[in-house]
Amino acid sequence: MAVPSYATGPERVWYYVFRVICALIFLFLVGPLLVIIPLSFNAEPYFTFTEAMLTFQPDGYSLRWYEDFFTSSAWLGAIRNSILIAIASTLLATVLGTIAALGLSSRYMPFRNTIMALMISPLVVPLIISGAAMFFFFSRIGLSQTYLGVILAHTALGIPFVVITVTATLSSFDHSLTRAAASLGANPTRTFFKVILPLVTPGVVSGALFAFITSFDEVVVVLFVSGPEQRTIPIQMWSGIREEISPTILAVATMMVLLSILLLTTLELLRRRSERMRGLSPG
Amino acid sequence: MSRTGKGLTTANGVPLKVSLMRTNRRNQIRAFLLVAPLLLFLVIAFVMPILDMLKRSVDNPEVHTQLSRTVAQLQDWDGDSVPDEAVFEALVQDLKEGAAARNLGLVASRLNYEISGMRSLITKTARRTGRIESGPYKEAVLDIDEDWADIDIWRLIKRESNPYTLSYYLAAVDLKFDSNGDIVEQPEYLQIYQQLFVRTFWMSMAITGLCLLLGYPIAFLLANTPLRYSNLLMILVLLPFWTSLLVRTTTWIAILQQQGILNDIFVGLGLLDEDSRLSMIYNKTGTLVAMTHILLPFMILPLYSVMKTIPPYYMRAARSLGARPFLAFRRVYFPLTIPGIGAGSILVFILAIGYYITPALVGGQDGIFITNFIAYHMQTSLNWGLAAAIASILLFVVIAFYLIYNRLIGVDNVKLG
Repeated sequence: MAVPSYATGPERVWYYVFRVICALIFLFLVGPLLVIIPLSFNAEPYFTFTEAMLTFQPDGYSLRWYEDFFTSSAWLGAIRNSILIAIASTLLATVLGTIAALGLSSRYMPFRNTIMALMISPLVVPLIISGAAMFFFFSRIGLSQTYLGVILAHTALGIPFVVITVTATLSSFDHSLTRAAASLGANPTRTFFKVILPLVTPGVVSGALFAFITSFDEVVVVLFVSGPEQRTIPIQMWSGIREEISPTILAVATMMVLLSILLLTTLELLRRRSERMRGLSPG
Repeated sequence: MSRTGKGLTTANGVPLKVSLMRTNRRNQIRAFLLVAPLLLFLVIAFVMPILDMLKRSVDNPEVHTQLSRTVAQLQDWDGDSVPDEAVFEALVQDLKEGAAARNLGLVASRLNYEISGMRSLITKTARRTGRIESGPYKEAVLDIDEDWADIDIWRLIKRESNPYTLSYYLAAVDLKFDSNGDIVEQPEYLQIYQQLFVRTFWMSMAITGLCLLLGYPIAFLLANTPLRYSNLLMILVLLPFWTSLLVRTTTWIAILQQQGILNDIFVGLGLLDEDSRLSMIYNKTGTLVAMTHILLPFMILPLYSVMKTIPPYYMRAARSLGARPFLAFRRVYFPLTIPGIGAGSILVFILAIGYYITPALVGGQDGIFITNFIAYHMQTSLNWGLAAAIASILLFVVIAFYLIYNRLIGVDNVKLG
């Protein structure tokens, strides 16, 4: 967006004012995330910048909160639980979601819209309602306070993401490719693994990443469904913020921001690869 | 394919129409079988819990199972005088049995929701019924506590003997049954829920408005910048979108609290005294700021995807026809973005109205939402029926907006990232 040559004087002024407004909004969006990174190296147990930090004295900074994190059995147990639960629920959601997406994108699918609306609903129903409902139901059938209960709950929450991304990938899928494979003598299984799967893989992986991060970040449902055995990172942060507010949380937050940068980069690379494979961009 | 007298048939002589229908049917079944495992999973892990919760919001088993004899005797009661000996005898038997089985707590709490004091009345009476060997029971029970002569108590027991009740829904909107069974308002000092529903609604509207105000310029900039730069700027939108909700809430605590960064900056610049630091968190401001930050990407992304499809030459055409920039924007560009505004606003509103974590952490007393009371009744007061009723009302509201969203935009068009 550049100033067009026919722009009048006030328009030119507005052009720069608009840029400044946008810069401020971007600051609002990203600033808070950037502030937390230096704060996590604070040598003092405060949530704000100390004199020593502002004047860049080396003793104003320390790694003590990171040390705190990596020596605390509560945090390490939480990270183990989080990873275990996230991986299990991601696998389950990805397998079920991908197979269902194959059916949903078939033009013969009966009740397509209704079923699609049902599959998206875990994303729309407020988490506190899902949490309360699962708590009631799971305690009835003995799944409350078990790993299986938490994994099932997180699988349900991750499924909409997998279904959305994989059906989106399949909607631009060229069905003459499967016919071409068949005419060249491939059976349906071979066609699936050699033709369909490589083309939908980017959609499957990004759906899986969404499901993973959903599970990894989720706190409301875990709060209701899990017991003391299944404390995850978000639960640990939640009680940390509510009870003893210690900068260890800032260290965890920094690592989580780095994790999201990593995931975001992966997704962007996947998107480019997918466009290249479809010949949408010259790559 | 061969032609016979009756019409087209396949090589085997099956009419073409029948054969086509068979193939279609087979394809439909094949598609459905692929979806079936997930459907089954969602029914067990998601739909059944929700239905269970809806049932729990009207479920009322306590009185009619635990005071079954009393309830049976009360069938013929006139409702205007203290019940007769037979009812009291049934009550004593029920309480004796309940005290032995140690399950009177449930019915005592249930009745206590309606008339406070019922819990202690029942536990006290049950403790002493052991001593009552024989009749007259009415006299003996009234001896233990003469509150049993109160007709309202008997009317309550009779009313709540139904296995289903609307009491929880009424309580969730600050209403109750009076002793005649009419619906009346709760006493003023007990009214909280209506006000909380209204506050949740207005705060969610305010958050949606703020997101639109901040999101529109950003979406416009992203849609009208060459792809090379806009991809880079998009990362600035997606990064907060991908960052943990708790992390983002934590940073707002660090920024907004009284000893936080923003107050430090104000004091450092001399705008504020050390003693007059602003309280920007643990109140409505905290909830508004933190939730706007969290939900802003959900507004920007749908707006952006709509703006992306508006050809830039529309504006140029309007200008060349003599429209001033503002007029061209208002009459040409803005109307074309309305679908995006609708999609983003409904999405942000639905998400805002059901938010729990952020209001609970930064909302303090006057920034909390109705969701916080669901959690309170689930975890602290243990009045699960009321929690289920509030959650069900919220669920109906969200489903209504979801249906509107589905009608206007379609769930198929939900885009991520």
